[in-house]
Amino acid sequence: MSTRDETFRPLSRRTLLGGLAAAPLGLAASRAVAQGQPGSGPIRIGELNSYGRMAAFAVPYRNAMQLAQDAVNKAGGIKALGGRPIEIVFRDDGSTPGDATRVAEELLTRENVAFLCGTFLSNVGLAVADFANQRKALFLATEPLTDALTMGSGNRYTFRVRPNTYMQTRMLVEAVKGRGIKRWAIVAPNYEYGQSAAANFKKLMAAAVPGFEVVGEQFPALGKVDAGATVGALSQMKADGLFNVLFGADLTAFVREGNTRGLFEKRTVASLLTGEPEYMIPLGDETPEGWVTTGYPWETIDTNGHKEFVAAYRARFNDTPRLGSLLGYVVVGMIRDMLEKAGSTETEAMIAALEGLTSQTIAGPVTMRALDHQSTLGAWIGETALNGRQGTMKNVRYADGANYLFPEAEVKAARKA
Amino acid sequence: MDPSFLVIQALSGFASASSLFIIASGLTIVFGVTRIVNFAHGSFYMLGAYIAVTIVPRLLDLSYSPAAFFLGVLLSALLVGLIGVAVEVLLLRRIYRVPELFQLLATFGIVLIVEDLVLKVWGPVDIAGPRAPSLRHGVEILGQRFPAYELVLIAVGPLVLGLLWLLMHRTRFGVLIRAATQDREMVGALGVNQARLFTLTLFLGASLAGLGGALQIPRIPANAHMDLSVITDAFVVTVIGGMGSVPGAFVAALIIGQLQAFGILIFPKVTLVLVFALMAVVLVVKPWGLFGRPEAASGRVMPPEGIPALRRFRPAETALACLAILALLAVPLVGDAYKVKVATEILIFALAAFSLQFLVGVGGLVSFGHAAYFGIGAYAAGLLVTGPFKAPMELALVAAPFAAGLGAALFGFFIVRLSGIYLAMLTLAFGQIVYAICFQWVEVTGGDNGVVGVWPSSWASGRSTYFYLVAALSLTAIVLLRRVIYAPFGYTLRAARDSATRAEAIGLDVRTHRWLAFTLAGAAAGLAGGLYAFMKGSIDPTLTGIPLSIDFLVMVLVGGIQTVMGPLVGAAFFHALKDAVMPLTEFWRLLLGIAIIATVLAFPRGLAGAAEALRGRRAATPKTVEASA
Repeated sequence: MSTRDETFRPLSRRTLLGGLAAAPLGLAASRAVAQGQPGSGPIRIGELNSYGRMAAFAVPYRNAMQLAQDAVNKAGGIKALGGRPIEIVFRDDGSTPGDATRVAEELLTRENVAFLCGTFLSNVGLAVADFANQRKALFLATEPLTDALTMGSGNRYTFRVRPNTYMQTRMLVEAVKGRGIKRWAIVAPNYEYGQSAAANFKKLMAAAVPGFEVVGEQFPALGKVDAGATVGALSQMKADGLFNVLFGADLTAFVREGNTRGLFEKRTVASLLTGEPEYMIPLGDETPEGWVTTGYPWETIDTNGHKEFVAAYRARFNDTPRLGSLLGYVVVGMIRDMLEKAGSTETEAMIAALEGLTSQTIAGPVTMRALDHQSTLGAWIGETALNGRQGTMKNVRYADGANYLFPEAEVKAARKA
Repeated sequence: MDPSFLVIQALSGFASASSLFIIASGLTIVFGVTRIVNFAHGSFYMLGAYIAVTIVPRLLDLSYSPAAFFLGVLLSALLVGLIGVAVEVLLLRRIYRVPELFQLLATFGIVLIVEDLVLKVWGPVDIAGPRAPSLRHGVEILGQRFPAYELVLIAVGPLVLGLLWLLMHRTRFGVLIRAATQDREMVGALGVNQARLFTLTLFLGASLAGLGGALQIPRIPANAHMDLSVITDAFVVTVIGGMGSVPGAFVAALIIGQLQAFGILIFPKVTLVLVFALMAVVLVVKPWGLFGRPEAASGRVMPPEGIPALRRFRPAETALACLAILALLAVPLVGDAYKVKVATEILIFALAAFSLQFLVGVGGLVSFGHAAYFGIGAYAAGLLVTGPFKAPMELALVAAPFAAGLGAALFGFFIVRLSGIYLAMLTLAFGQIVYAICFQWVEVTGGDNGVVGVWPSSWASGRSTYFYLVAALSLTAIVLLRRVIYAPFGYTLRAARDSATRAEAIGLDVRTHRWLAFTLAGAAAGLAGGLYAFMKGSIDPTLTGIPLSIDFLVMVLVGGIQTVMGPLVGAAFFHALKDAVMPLTEFWRLLLGIAIIATVLAFPRGLAGAAEALRGRRAATPKTVEASA
């Protein structure tokens, strides 16, 4: 057969392609020399996150970190350390625990970073936290939501910034428990975040609402919701309330299908994270109205320099801030305060400084609880609404995370091991 | 349950079935004609959606009508078809003469490139497409509302099936497609211009994928994860229907659509595993899928895809191998801590890739789910150490290969009954089932969060010590496996690979030998998995997932499927490459994809194969079957 002939093509092109294949290796070699020695030059911080795979969140997050880093350095760096500037080294974590722990190792050994921060996915965050525990390095987990990170799998080297799944669910439960709705249906993505949000919801609602019952649950696979079948199954349950944990592309598909089929009519919907710009922007003019949700309505927040932050962010990146942006900015502020208090980049000094540290952030005061290394950064609670062709939030209030933390007894029981 | 609900739920099932069929029909036609396992099909689907959300709103601005909407959808499909043509002409055409598996590697490179290009061009935010004009509303059916657009979708599936039937039976191009699907050697022998046939087939297949994507825009926002979410399902549909059979794909899509729609009512958490469980059952009962036929060529003697002939190391190569091992062992003495870590990983992956080569190159059993056994080993080791037993590392490392071997023996019992692409797909199905168990059995496996705290015993916890432990175990396992390849057992496997019927005729028990080989390879992968778990300190379902299985396959193919030691080179090259490009940019997948495609084009027999060929040409020996070591 003609396509299987054994003639060889000229070697020259082959050599060229081979060179192309090997080029990245050479590029990396020229870069591989370690930079920066501890004790002099900038304080290096290793930030690993899913900039490729989770770009919708991670890129605005990185933008805001760079913005904040420049602000800190312009204001004279870290004064307790002789005005040394900070330098954040960004790395893609590959979105798997295997890649992430190797990247973390590279940051610690080659880039001489003082500590690690970042990660997006919960399993990646947990793996890096355990790695940090093993290597006795500080790890500031910024985004992962899984409760385990500060509970059962918590360790003394790991701190978490965002309000975890439990806290966010508790905020929602508080907002809907007074409405007298007893019959609830639950829809959540089929993985840890979805399952633990559903479990938290059931536990907290059962305690808060007498006669609370779950009439049905749906757990579509993450990223491939079969929206028609799922909405059909949920309609059939004839629930009065719907607790939704879907987000991202799943959420958009679910909302469109639900709107057409009237799933959300005459029902109270409590929905986690839907008010975050990351997930609300794609909904566009199909944003359902009146969902009780947690999120980040950046247009309406006017506390502690938040307006200045928004102005600076929009001026520099020509884009509106996302929740990731807020988080990145807050995290760098906390890092600055920690370094000022510690006056050192030794791990133990930084841990001691971070425990109980209160930072004045653009979201309000945030304290790192010493008991479980969970910060009290909160979230905004409100109802979804349509503003022209874009979704927004109304009746918004800031829920301070300090009021929604895990009870101390539960923490002590979980972290005993 | 009231009957109106059952009707509505069935309609939902038909709508998803229709969407799935349109995509799968393209995949099955491309496979039938070209024998390419086209991983890039999902990328074509994604491109269809992205192109549609770009051009359909422009057309709707000109004229807000259903006609404009569907014109935009068709235009998107055609554009994706042209991209398919470009891929065929620029890339695939150049590698039809190399082992068929190698084309899989090229399409995998395309997947990586398209994934990052989409992010570059369209940005990271999901883009929701416009709804179809006049089809926004719900239609009242038996008192329940059902989306009008989905009624259209339900009709489009059979329409595409009908058009494809007409194409296949009423046009010369269609007749050639059917002929090539049955026996493409014969079609070539009859003087048909294969290059043009393949180009047109790719155009048709890519257009169908693009059409599938474009039709989804009123339902699903265009997003950068669409490709992977659809490709496995599309494969499942084509396999259940029988590879190459368009009506088969239609029936399979219907079954899956209905199973999904009603399955979730009974088991809400079944979503992860349902389609794979179905595929496993179908393949165990019907080894060629529902409508598939044994390949016409399966009785013939084919040019071997794996290692053609064995030979010992030449003196120079023995010296080279010794040198390589010495250099490796010196890494902790000369390299920094990070190099030691990367070297440890390479050793582990080398063992995993070598065990896969034992299946693919020697046994002719292509596995798309080899990570399952790697993962079983990792989980066995990890759970023994962290679970109620609190076993020491030493015991866990002994248990890892046993557990994985046991798993491989169990699944292998069914797998070795099949052959070719069906066998590969059954390994994929079992791999996904293992993944789903690890993912969903939260009480034991920790679910998708996995289990942390899997660290080595204190004596081995030093980075260099652990490196030497890994080196000792991996190298020993590799040497032993190599010994098996050179033993009569290995010769038997190769005989069965090249002609199962002849091997049977001289009294070899092909099935049992393959089963043992599968078990042995699984055990070796399990050892690698155990070692990996202790190096990373954690276990989680990604260790059993398809991406890792593909990585192993890439290592084997990059190294050279026709050589014994090639996969070791491939593991080192691929992992070093990944490690080198990841810190450079978040678009590292793009660089990795380009590097893979460049490798495919430059070394169509893999790196080690290229070295062989070069040596062969220098010696100016007449070209006989190339021997390899």
